[in-house]
Formats: sequence, structure tokens, C-alpha cells
Amino acid sequence: MSLLKYESQIREPLIGGEKDYHQITEDIISPIEMKPSRLWYIGFFISLGLLLFGAYSVYREVTYGIGQWNLNKTIGWGWDITNFVWWVGIGHAGTLISAILLLFRQGWRTGVNRAAEAMTIFAVMCAGQFPIWHMGRVWMAFFVLPYPNSRGPLWVNFNSPLLWDVFAISTYFTVSLLFWYSGLIPDMATVRDRAKTKLRKLLYGVASFGWTGSTKHWQRHESLSLVLAGLSTPLVLSVHTIVSFDFATSVIPGWHTTIFPPYFVAGAVFSGFAMVQTLLIVVRKVMGLQDYITLGHIEAMNKIIVLTGSIVGCAYLTELFIAWYGQNPYEWYAFSQNRANLFSPYGWSYWLMMFCNVVSPQLFWSSKLRRNITVTFFMSIIVNIGMWYERFVIIVTSIYRDFLPSSWSTYYSPTIWEIGFYLGTFGLFFTCFFLFAKYFPVVAVAEVKSILKTTGENYKAKMTETDKMDAEKFYIEEVEHAH
Amino acid sequence: MAGGIKKFVVGSFDDEAVLFPAVKNVRKAGYKIHDVYTPFPIHGLDHAMGLRETSLHTAGFIFAATGTTTALSCISWIFTKDWPLNIGGKPNFALPAWIPITFELTVLFSAVGMVLTFCYLCQLSPFIKKHHFHARATDDLFVMAIECTDKTNDAELQSFLEKAGAKEVNVQVAETGWWIGRYDKEQKLYREEKGY
Repeated sequence: MSLLKYESQIREPLIGGEKDYHQITEDIISPIEMKPSRLWYIGFFISLGLLLFGAYSVYREVTYGIGQWNLNKTIGWGWDITNFVWWVGIGHAGTLISAILLLFRQGWRTGVNRAAEAMTIFAVMCAGQFPIWHMGRVWMAFFVLPYPNSRGPLWVNFNSPLLWDVFAISTYFTVSLLFWYSGLIPDMATVRDRAKTKLRKLLYGVASFGWTGSTKHWQRHESLSLVLAGLSTPLVLSVHTIVSFDFATSVIPGWHTTIFPPYFVAGAVFSGFAMVQTLLIVVRKVMGLQDYITLGHIEAMNKIIVLTGSIVGCAYLTELFIAWYGQNPYEWYAFSQNRANLFSPYGWSYWLMMFCNVVSPQLFWSSKLRRNITVTFFMSIIVNIGMWYERFVIIVTSIYRDFLPSSWSTYYSPTIWEIGFYLGTFGLFFTCFFLFAKYFPVVAVAEVKSILKTTGENYKAKMTETDKMDAEKFYIEEVEHAH
Repeated sequence: MAGGIKKFVVGSFDDEAVLFPAVKNVRKAGYKIHDVYTPFPIHGLDHAMGLRETSLHTAGFIFAATGTTTALSCISWIFTKDWPLNIGGKPNFALPAWIPITFELTVLFSAVGMVLTFCYLCQLSPFIKKHHFHARATDDLFVMAIECTDKTNDAELQSFLEKAGAKEVNVQVAETGWWIGRYDKEQKLYREEKGY
């Protein structure tokens, strides 16, 4: 056994049970070859129903205008921009898992990357809905594209963060989609080569692009994945940085701070991992993938949640401190009165955010709780509620009291159509996810196979002998072997 | 479709630890390995087979540089020459404000360009069909295809592969390139269909 292949027994296996290559194919692909269960149909139709409700809400908004929402004189951005930032943030975990953890050579990402990347794509799709429909005259949406036009040509403003957002989100969506699909091609070929029915052979044949598994192709595939990971890593950081610029470059008290980019990125990863947990805890149970998405995976993600949650908490306290220390009366008023004052109209939302994002994830310092699935599941939902409130707090509490106190009186709460739009994106997200779970391999089959012999439970058991050797003897043997 | 119909001796292995020495021995014996088909990427196999490094990443860099230049040249032309817009009296050539879009386009061009190049180099596309030496090459077998020349003794090569640890050995006549086809239909070579 060479030193490189050796992995300590202290690290728990990433693939449980007695497995070989064929068994991995069988475990991951057979669920998508079976008829969907009743539970799947129930879930799918509930999601579809939500999607239809969302479509109707959007229909009303387009027909009657933005007046269908409760936005008012000072609150021009309400639920929809909150939801936009929330969904974009959720998308970040997928890229973090597939790109950053690939660069860091983290073996555990192979179990969860496929589903997380799919989640990214669906979340970005949902996020994109909000700015588009918020335009009001949505048929003019193409005005955001820079193309030679008959209006001057009047170009878009390349100096505006809102246009940067257009480029950032569309690039992010495209690159995530390419990254996800290029990884999917070999697995689609695996499904194709097992297919029994004509329809499956046709569809998966088309989807697998004629993949054969040639060594040269794998070599290029590896190079492609590595470079795409290298590109996605700064990309994912840039996307939420640019989203935060939407706020940070303005002069609104509470938005006008330089801490926003790192604070938004950490928050995005935080909420994204929470959403991955919510989805994967259900998926592994329903599809019987406990051997591939192990407690170890869940624990690893919980560690990231406690880390990013603490970064977010640190950012909350820093901005509070700087608001006081900076001695700008407007900034300090926004923080001390609009937010931190529990008895101000929206004070409750600030403290709810603090509790969900900063206090509750601290439970995950305990390894027992990190490995508890029920706790993790509830925590993942609490974190996502908290992160939704973070965006709500940033947006609404900064603008509901503007510089003109006479326009302060109105309390903003959403209409049913604003809520309906939000629920509709849940419908979109889960409809896509249900289809994904039914027709695509939810775990990256080829990638899991490539780590089987170093981290599979049955292979690790055989390594125990090496582990019992004392370090010196092991080293001498290896050195002698190398000569 | 730059292929042709050739004869291959195909050996299928079920363990990469056996495959590596087999690849070495086959090459030492002077046989020409057409390709090895594996269900997942095996590190070092490309070197063992004597394949050269891919230069796909160089293509990625060129696409990235194209993206950077496209963004910078377009924006600066638009904002300084075509329609200099007065934004709060700030300079028209506002390079720092263009960095985000320049960066995004760099990444976009590079990613899209690389994926297209990858598909072109590997000849991957929907409705393309290739010869598959073994259906389990995408499941759990490592399939080595050795090209036969006039001098090759099939029987000898087959027993050679068996000795090297292959679980299944057979001889196949196959089209080496791709053709337009669907996987739900019987395999039909392009040139057979066209009649040449």
C-alpha cells in the first residue's frame, strides 16, 4: 500500500456497507428505474400546485401592475428582493461543494455534489424570477441586454450594480449548468447502458452525448472539471459580492457599508448548506442512499454551518459596532432604533434573525447534535428562516423610515399575491427537484466509484492492519519499498 | 467520423490494480492499445498508456482572454466613443466600475468555450453514436481494446490478455469513429447505411 492511498482509520468511511463498483451503480441508479412511489406523486403534485398558484400571482401582478404588492412610498423593495437575495444565496452551497471542495480535494463532496449542484441551478432559476417580474413591464425585460438598438443607441449603464447583477446571475446560472451537466454525462451513459426499455435508451442515449468512457475523454473531463472548479470558485464569491453591491453602493443608512460582500457570501453559504441538509436528509431516506450520504457527510456540512453562521454573527456585531463607532447619526439610528430596538415596528424581525442565525447554530459545537438527523433537519429549516429574515431586515428596516419623517407612517406587510409569488418559486424549486430526483442519478456515480477503494467501509476495514503498525515501522517499510 | 472499420481484440478487467500492469505489458509486447474504457477516471492511466497531456486548459485560457478583451473593448467603446453618458460628472472611462462585468464575461467565455471545445475534441453530442466494446464499461469493467494489424496473431494476443488478468476476452470488428444514430435502434454503421 502506497503512502498516497493510505487514509487513516480515524477518518470514517465515506461509503458505508459492503460495496463494489457494480453495487454502487445498482444502489444509485435502480431508484430512478423504478416507478415513482406514491409519496413522490404527492410531493410532486403539491409542488406543481404551488407553482400554479405562483403563476396566477404573477399573472395578477403583470395584469394589474406592481400595485398588487403592498410596496409603498419608501418601501420600493420588499418581499420580492428579499426572496431574490435569499434564493441566490441558497444557490451558493452547490458551487461551494462542487468547486471549492474539489480544489481542496475533499473526498466527501462526491456524495452530495450532484444534488447540491442541481439545487443551485433550481435556486438560481427561482431567484431570477423576482427581478424579472419586478420590472412591471416584463415584456421590456430585454432592455437590460446591451445590444445596438434604435433608441439612440441608448446603452445600459455599465457602472450600475444592478447591471452587474444581470451579468453575474446569468453567468452564474450558465456556468453552474455547464459544470453540472458535464459531470452528468458519464452517469447518463451508465443509465443508458443499463436501460431496458426503448424510451429510456433513446432519452438517456441523447442525454449522454455518446459517452464511451475512453481514457483520453476522461483525461479531458478531469481537466475540464478542474478548470471549471477554478473558474467557479471566484465566480461564486463574485456573485453574492455583486448582489451585496446592489445595497452597499447606495447611500441608504444600514446598506452603505464595506462589510457587505464577505458578510453576504458567508450568509449565502450558510443558508445554502442548510437547504442542502433539508433536501438530502429527505432524499437519502426516501431513496435509501444512507451508505452514500452518511452521517459523516451530514456532520461535515453541519461544521460548515456552524463556521459560516459564526462568521455571519461576527458580521452582525461588527456592523452594529461600526454604526455606533462611525458616529453617523443616520446610520446609528437605523441600527439602534429601526433594528435593535425590540419595540420598534420591525424590531422583532431583527431579534428573530439574531436568534435563528447566530444563537441556534451554536448547538452544532456538540458533535452529538451534529450527528443527530432530527436536530439537523429542524436546524436547517430554522437557519433558512433566519437567513430569509436577514435579507428582510436589511431591506425593509433600512428603508421604511427614510430621511423624511412625514413618510414614515406606513407599516409594510405583503399582500397575498406577494406571498403567492414566493410560494410559487417554492413550487418551481420543488417541482424541478422532484423531477431531478426521479430521472437523474442524484449521487455522482463515477465520482463515488473513484473514491471507493480509499474510503469505502469494506476497503477501510482491510487497512486496519496498516493502522496497527507503529508509525516508524510503517515509514521504514514504505521507504524501503520506494527504493 | 474520422474512423474506419477495424478489428480489435478486447479484454475486460474488473480491477484497476490488474489493469495497470496489463497495460504496461501489452505495450511492452509491442501491441497498439486503441483505448481503455473505464467507468470512472483512473489517475495515471493516461500516463501508463503513453497519452500526452491534454491542452484543454490552454484553450480555456484563450477563451478567458477573449472574454476579458471583449468586455473591456465593448464597454470602453460604448462609454467613451459611442454614447458618453454623464453619470454624476464622473469620468467616462470608469475602469474600476467595469471590473465586475469584465470578470463575469471572462468566466463566461472561458467556461462556455471550454465545454464546447471539450465536446468537439471528444466528439460528444446528442444523437451521436459510437461503438461500445462492452456495455459494462460504464458500470464496473475496465475494457481494453487492442487494434489488430495484419501481423497480429489474434489467438496469441487473446491468451496474452487472459494471462494478464482479463476476465473476458473477445475479438470485435468495429467502426472507430462516430455516426449519427439513436441508442434505442439497432446499431447500424454510418457507411453501411449510406452504402459505401
